[in-house]
Amino acid sequence: MIGGLFIYNHKGEVLISRVYRDDIGRNAVDAFRVNVIHARQQVRSPVTNIARTSFFHVKRSNIWLAAVTKQNVNAAMVFEFLYKMCDVMAAYFGKISEENIKNNFVLIYELLDEILDFGYPQNSETGALKTFITQQGIKSQTKEEQSQITSQVTGQIGWRREGIKYRRNELFLDVLESVNLLMSPQGQVLSAHVSGRVVMKSYLSGMPECKFGMNDKIVIEKQGKGTADETSKRCLSGKQSIAIDDCTFHQCVRLSKFDSERSISFIPPDGEFELMRYRTTKDIILPFRVIPLVREVGRTKLEVKVVIKSNFKPSLLAQKIEVRIPTPLNTSGVQVICMKGKAKYKASENAIVWKIKRMAGMKESQISAEIELLPTNDKKKWARPPISMNFEVPFAPSGLKVRYLKVFEPKLNYSDHDVIKWVRYIGRSGIYETRC
Amino acid sequence: MTDSKYFTTTKKGEIFELKAELNSDKKEKKKEAVKKVIASMTVGKDVSALFPDVVNCMQTDNLELKKLVYLYLMNYAKSQPDMAIMAVNTFVKDCEDPNPLIRALAVRTMGCIRVDKITEYLCEPLRKCLKDEDPYVRKTAAVCVAKLHDINAQLVEDQGFLDTLKDLISDSNPMVVANAVAALSEIAESHPSSNLLDLNPQSINKLLTALNECTEWGQIFILDCLANYMPKDDREAQSICERVTPRLSHANSAVVLSAVKVLMKFMEMLSKDLDYYGTLLKKLAPPLVTLLSAEPELQYVALRNINLIVQKRPEILKHEMKVFFVKYNDPIYVKLEKLDIMIRLASQANIAQVLAELKEYATEVDVDFVRKAVRAIGRCAIKVEQSAERCVSTLLDLIQTKVNYVVQEAIVVIKDIFRKYPNKYESVIATLCENLDSLDEPEARAAMIWIVGEYAERIDNADELLESFLEGFHDESTQLQLLTAIVKLFLKKPTETQELVQQVLSLATQDSDNPDLRDRGYIYWRLLSTDPVAAKEVVLAEKPLISEETDLIEPTLLDELICYIGTLASVYHKPPSAFVEGGRGVVHKSLPPRTASSESAESPETAPTGAPPGEQPDVIPAQGDLLGDLLNLDLGPPVSGPPLATSSVQMGAVDLLGGGLDSLIGGTNFVAPPTAAVPANLGAPIGSGLSDLFDLTSGVGTLSGSYVAPKAVWLPAMKAKGLEISGTFTRQVGSISMDLQLTNKALQVMTDFAIQFNRNSFGLAPAAPLQVHAPLSPNQTVEISLPLSTVGSVMKMEPLNNLQVAVKNNIDVFYFSTLYPLHILFVEDGKMDRQMFLATWKDIPNENEAQFQIRDCPLNAEAASSKLQSSNIFTVAKRNVEGQDMLYQSLKLTNGIWVLAELRIQPGNPSCTLSLKCRAPEVSQHVYQAYETILKN
Repeated sequence: MIGGLFIYNHKGEVLISRVYRDDIGRNAVDAFRVNVIHARQQVRSPVTNIARTSFFHVKRSNIWLAAVTKQNVNAAMVFEFLYKMCDVMAAYFGKISEENIKNNFVLIYELLDEILDFGYPQNSETGALKTFITQQGIKSQTKEEQSQITSQVTGQIGWRREGIKYRRNELFLDVLESVNLLMSPQGQVLSAHVSGRVVMKSYLSGMPECKFGMNDKIVIEKQGKGTADETSKRCLSGKQSIAIDDCTFHQCVRLSKFDSERSISFIPPDGEFELMRYRTTKDIILPFRVIPLVREVGRTKLEVKVVIKSNFKPSLLAQKIEVRIPTPLNTSGVQVICMKGKAKYKASENAIVWKIKRMAGMKESQISAEIELLPTNDKKKWARPPISMNFEVPFAPSGLKVRYLKVFEPKLNYSDHDVIKWVRYIGRSGIYETRC
Repeated sequence: MTDSKYFTTTKKGEIFELKAELNSDKKEKKKEAVKKVIASMTVGKDVSALFPDVVNCMQTDNLELKKLVYLYLMNYAKSQPDMAIMAVNTFVKDCEDPNPLIRALAVRTMGCIRVDKITEYLCEPLRKCLKDEDPYVRKTAAVCVAKLHDINAQLVEDQGFLDTLKDLISDSNPMVVANAVAALSEIAESHPSSNLLDLNPQSINKLLTALNECTEWGQIFILDCLANYMPKDDREAQSICERVTPRLSHANSAVVLSAVKVLMKFMEMLSKDLDYYGTLLKKLAPPLVTLLSAEPELQYVALRNINLIVQKRPEILKHEMKVFFVKYNDPIYVKLEKLDIMIRLASQANIAQVLAELKEYATEVDVDFVRKAVRAIGRCAIKVEQSAERCVSTLLDLIQTKVNYVVQEAIVVIKDIFRKYPNKYESVIATLCENLDSLDEPEARAAMIWIVGEYAERIDNADELLESFLEGFHDESTQLQLLTAIVKLFLKKPTETQELVQQVLSLATQDSDNPDLRDRGYIYWRLLSTDPVAAKEVVLAEKPLISEETDLIEPTLLDELICYIGTLASVYHKPPSAFVEGGRGVVHKSLPPRTASSESAESPETAPTGAPPGEQPDVIPAQGDLLGDLLNLDLGPPVSGPPLATSSVQMGAVDLLGGGLDSLIGGTNFVAPPTAAVPANLGAPIGSGLSDLFDLTSGVGTLSGSYVAPKAVWLPAMKAKGLEISGTFTRQVGSISMDLQLTNKALQVMTDFAIQFNRNSFGLAPAAPLQVHAPLSPNQTVEISLPLSTVGSVMKMEPLNNLQVAVKNNIDVFYFSTLYPLHILFVEDGKMDRQMFLATWKDIPNENEAQFQIRDCPLNAEAASSKLQSSNIFTVAKRNVEGQDMLYQSLKLTNGIWVLAELRIQPGNPSCTLSLKCRAPEVSQHVYQAYETILKN
């Protein structure tokens, strides 16, 4: 299991050092600094073995988190734990920075004592942790409170405490998708997928039992079979359902029920959490098409023309559109003309950045640029990195629709109808690249 | 208030000041002081001198302060054991505290203090805590047993804690179960023989129930423990799998990977015929792909594991190639791993896409990545034969970029392509030679030297090239290659290169201190001076083709690593014993053996090692086999007569003897010792040793295939001291064989049969030794089917299809020659695409066209077409012109020569007209004969 956990600043000075196992000595702290943080070459693996000691590291801004072990630990678990550790710290004191870590080092030690025992991760849900790791010092708890805490930390529903009350029962569902594309210069889709998340913010009293439904093809087809009016159902499912390649759920979701009935039922944590993640690859609506044209005129000049076309309902508006056209390292000057928005050559980023605030569906726009190059002796050709794009659209490119989210709380007297529900769809660009 | 100020105290006399503060009356001040101590401790300062003062602060009702003091204690107790005893009372008292959080804190901390005297006091409180009413205390106590075991294993056993821990597996609280499982698994690892984790169907059932209820981490502990269980039969394995599969949808990647581990392991026990087996395979792919959208570090872990899974069960991800395409912004470690998996998944179906991607990668910035991409292109060529040509041309394009490391990498892989497809792409050698000067890496130089030596006869200035390398002979990394290459050159062009070979032999034997080099130098020298013909046969003998997968993990290791999915072992691709110290975690794990029900699907002996029969590399023999055959040499060499004396070989030998060697031997004082005499025919047994790999003997017989002529007598008994040989040639499902009938018409028993072919136009050679199992007694006849390959030496014969054969038995060696029908060389993939056909037809000059009449062949177009098709002559298109049926047909010979045909059939007219177009017009006559034989029979 995890033998120790260290946090360093960018200089390699240790900010937190907690050792869980006897086989990890103080020299492990230095070994990581010397071999990884101060290494001459860029780190080539997130797992490093130094003298039979293995180090797992992740970086958050300029802070290094390293877990160390001498055993054959579950590597996936160690990384999941490091990410979780970051989440927990962020939930307690915001951004993970040197200053924040120094300011909260006592808290961090307390957390590390609680969520890792002998190197075994323990309950690390912030909801539960915040009930008893408070930094408030002596806060006398009644016996009931204490046992409530312990039963929550160890219990089946470790993510939610009992007795939550809201005057207004409300929930927000955000369908957040990032659409990824790799397109050839000829406009052929080399790979495209949507990775989506359903994020829920729940402000619900008691221990509400929730059921979430979406236009999942498998569910809709299953329902379609049951009814007599099959043709109309099929019609519906053909158009409006989507094929989900795979999905994963927050630990509150009953996985065995999903496996057997494909229904998503759960008791949500209080506040914001990520209910599910999913991935689709079929019938993706690609909100933008990028058509590049790069021409090398002699050895010292490049002509670039890029057309973007929006491909969604004209009534919808895309926002925060940004097209990034890479330029060679030996660029000496750039002249740009664009029809819409603003375009600038950013020498420090080796790219022309073209920004458009808003763009309606079914429109197109164009930019052309002349790039002057310095003659070089460099034999190696310019690698032509792909043109990338960023945007935000008010729909889900996968076609996912929320069909319902039902809430049942048998003990308290509010019903599904009393809950105010909000649903929002946001599609963003993930890695959206067109080769040129 | 911020805590960062504690990090900035660097004054002198700091310890003294802290001491005063720690003993202050004010609670706040005390707490501040302890915080400063902890901060100093973190940055590595020695604050052990404050031990008594800090321990004094322990008695407090402030939980935060208490935790800080405990933290200090855990760090320094070991260095101050006597003073640590002062803390015991507080611990014992805290274990009785009404607040469960404090009870748990005390027992958790005590377990971390590795001082014997404290451990003694720990036992009683621990016993109580293990039975505490509060689950939080019990789950903490469970882990504490593992801690105590780490300090004093005997104590844990004596105190009976292990039994209590086992009881906790049945606890009502899922987290207690999970921690108990984790603790027991760890303890069990250090006692491999003990039956501590006595897993049985009942306890497994409990674990599976807890799996649905506990935290994500608990699920990992339970799944990792389940993976060690061995189900008693396939039904139990299936039912566990069914209950584990829902975990594949968990958001935590480690839960998913641990579930994958359980499934991969138990799947071994399921029969492949089972529907469930297929369902399970399908269910595994999506979660594995989803892992690739995790954070990069986890992607890395996932990719390393997928690499193993793809080797073990390639079918799972065979359709998912695209998800492994490299993204521009992937960290380098993700890129390199993805590339590896792409090559493993490359197949004929997706090769075009893969190549396009690889070409893209070869222009990236990162040197390692580019090198790997170039290497990958070469591996694709070797793996997917159909793509070889495109790969070679891509590599040539890359060489044109003149980027130094790209060129060198490309040359290294082209060498391997030559070894896989000999005599096919030598046209690129000229381009390679242009880049000689830029080769500064030993591996690239070695590759180039090998290529020059191997193809010396086709490179006009091979001697100059090798001479230029010889100037740098002191560079140790390519000495062996250079020695071999120059000897090959000498054997191929003896007249011009005597001086060179002499030079290299003396450098190797006299100026070098390297024992391998000297030994090899002497071997060559003796060989050349004793028997140049033999030398030629030994050095220039056929070599086995290289295998497509050179970097597969060895099957037993792979199976072991599958049992370690998700762990460090799977990341390093090494067994835990390679990186874990001591006895811990080095228990050798292995996959469960396949159950009886599955043996029908898979031969039993391949099951434990895992590789299904079809996936074994089919080109290279296991080293053992080869060795075995070589050792066999003295016992009964298949051929003991003189090598086949054909005019060309004879000529070469004469040249060698007359021209070169006399002076070579004369020029030095080296006298070949008599012991160095090498059996003259070393070449032959090696050749037949290799032939074991072409195990094509099966599948001959009744299967439909090309037309087979009736057996004809090839060697009459009177010419061969009583041995009569008759035979014919067949082609069935891609393999050619020579069906022989040996009859003993002598009065003496015949044994020790062997066969050898002279070089011939299409490189036909026996692919296995002639196996006559029992001695052939007088008047007995045996039927033998001898598999043939077309990778033998090529020499144009007259007529083209002439084959000279030598057969040997205990009596003598006999020679005969026979003509083989050309259609045994028509390959199965000889169907040309229609467009291609048109283009090729036009492209071949008209003077290459030959026209023949086939008389007395009253077949209609359909019948002719289907008859021809069974002999691998494919009808590309059909047309009816003025009442005549025109069939456009294509066929391909084993050496890649295409023949296009137009067959005109007139209904009612028994003769038809055949027009043949081929780039090598000399085959036309024989193709026509093949047509005639096929159509008329």
